Amino acid sequence: MAQWLENVEPLTLKGQIAVPYTWWVGDTGSRFLNAVRHEEKIWGTRCETCDAVFVPPKKNCGRCFSSLDQWVEVGTEGMVTAYTIVRFDHPMHPVKGPFAYALIQLDGADVGLLHLITEDLDKLTNGVRVKARFKEKSQRTGHILDIENFQII
Amino acid sequence: MDNIAIVGIAQTKYERRKKDKTYLDLVYEMTTAALDDAGLTINDIDSVVTVSNDFLDGRTISGMAVGDAAGAYDKNISTVEGDGTFGAFYGAMRVLGGAGTTLVVAHSKGSEGDIKTVTNAMFDPIYQRHLGIEGITSSAIQANAYMHKYGITEEELAAVSVKNHANAMNNPHAQLPLDLTLGDVMDSEMISDPLKKLDCSPVSDGAAAIIIADEEQAKKAKKPPVWIKGFAHCADEYLLGDRDLADPRALREAAEKAFAMAGIDEPMGGIDVVELYDAFSYMEPLWLEGMGFCAPGKGAQLLLDGITAMDGTLPVNPSGGVLSAHAVLVAGLARIVEVVEQLRGTAGARQVKGAKTGLAHGINGPCGQSHCVWILSKEMRG
Repeated sequence: MAQWLENVEPLTLKGQIAVPYTWWVGDTGSRFLNAVRHEEKIWGTRCETCDAVFVPPKKNCGRCFSSLDQWVEVGTEGMVTAYTIVRFDHPMHPVKGPFAYALIQLDGADVGLLHLITEDLDKLTNGVRVKARFKEKSQRTGHILDIENFQII
Repeated sequence: MDNIAIVGIAQTKYERRKKDKTYLDLVYEMTTAALDDAGLTINDIDSVVTVSNDFLDGRTISGMAVGDAAGAYDKNISTVEGDGTFGAFYGAMRVLGGAGTTLVVAHSKGSEGDIKTVTNAMFDPIYQRHLGIEGITSSAIQANAYMHKYGITEEELAAVSVKNHANAMNNPHAQLPLDLTLGDVMDSEMISDPLKKLDCSPVSDGAAAIIIADEEQAKKAKKPPVWIKGFAHCADEYLLGDRDLADPRALREAAEKAFAMAGIDEPMGGIDVVELYDAFSYMEPLWLEGMGFCAPGKGAQLLLDGITAMDGTLPVNPSGGVLSAHAVLVAGLARIVEVVEQLRGTAGARQVKGAKTGLAHGINGPCGQSHCVWILSKEMRG
């Protein structure tokens, strides 16, 4: 540190980047979220070339670059393929800790959907079966958290 | 590929908070120090690549804001928003493309923002961001997937933390030189299972710079040039759930390409030292597997067998690695700087004796979505 700095009061300036943003969810995302909101159903898209069903759905396959337009309803139950139990709190967490993030391979899907598990954490293991718990219909807005969390079966 | 070389390097000491330095101070100091190291002046620099992230810097178009401090006035400047190894990749491509001697400078002050908020923002805003996931918790999922697939234990990963923090005691630039036992790591606070506090890299402030030149300019450099024998970059899918998190396929692809460029058939025999991006303890063995130094699932065994220790046949992270200092974006460039020190023979107490060829590695995106691999050597390409 330069010597003259010892005689100067160091200043800091507080601020933040807070930019309002409205994301267009897209036609694929809108179809997925509306099915969750109105029907308590979960849909994915299938890549024939890779023989894989993606949830959330995507418009093109990230692996083979094919355009995907084949919709497949998958189960609201599935298997935890990987998880972590979160031990710290942060304002951006939707629930208080401890809770878990899990990758859930829904029945009929070939990839993991990232979501929350908030109860029975002592029963959480790789391979455990879980089921989606949807929010009350009046509370659903077409948001990924219209699925409130997944419950261990 | 034409011969190109790294002719100048600089890095700061990494600290939790550099309260006496602004971004501009850090960039100016590293630019000046790298020029001095190379025996060049700013007039010898033809092109500039800055490495920055708008969320980390708290401003938009952050790359242009540091141009003055990087000596970019009247020059061809561009920015990489990603790890410093990717900035260096772009810099090397510029030199190969004939843009002339190129400075690459990376900076970040993790202390000034909120790293968890910043890393949360890298996730998809429609499907993932609102769940609150960020850098640590996503990596914890990857650690879980890796451990589950191969039956790796928390103790085996804790041993990485013990080794790298001990190595950091030989590195004056490191932020966390620590003399730890396995018990210290195992007893440290659980942050996000299975990651404990001492499995995680710290929040850091720091900066680094390198200067890349073509063969003609490199031969005139003040210090022995360190030649770029191979470099490659590869990306995997974006969403965590779409990938096999225990299989770093993008790294395997990048490493194979880089080794092929460098004419190395067998990684274990061809590399003397590795500096890799161990943001978390589990990453070191997982990345070593991806690089092809051992079979999948056998990365932790390399440490148990003493191979990756300072006195082993393949010392990994003699600097203490990213676990011992994690200035985001800078950390990958620091891996390149460290390997250059090793190959020059100027690494001091952390020197790997007789190192001739080294590997430096950086990652970008959640859970190592993309990887950049550098093979550096005292010798030119044949």
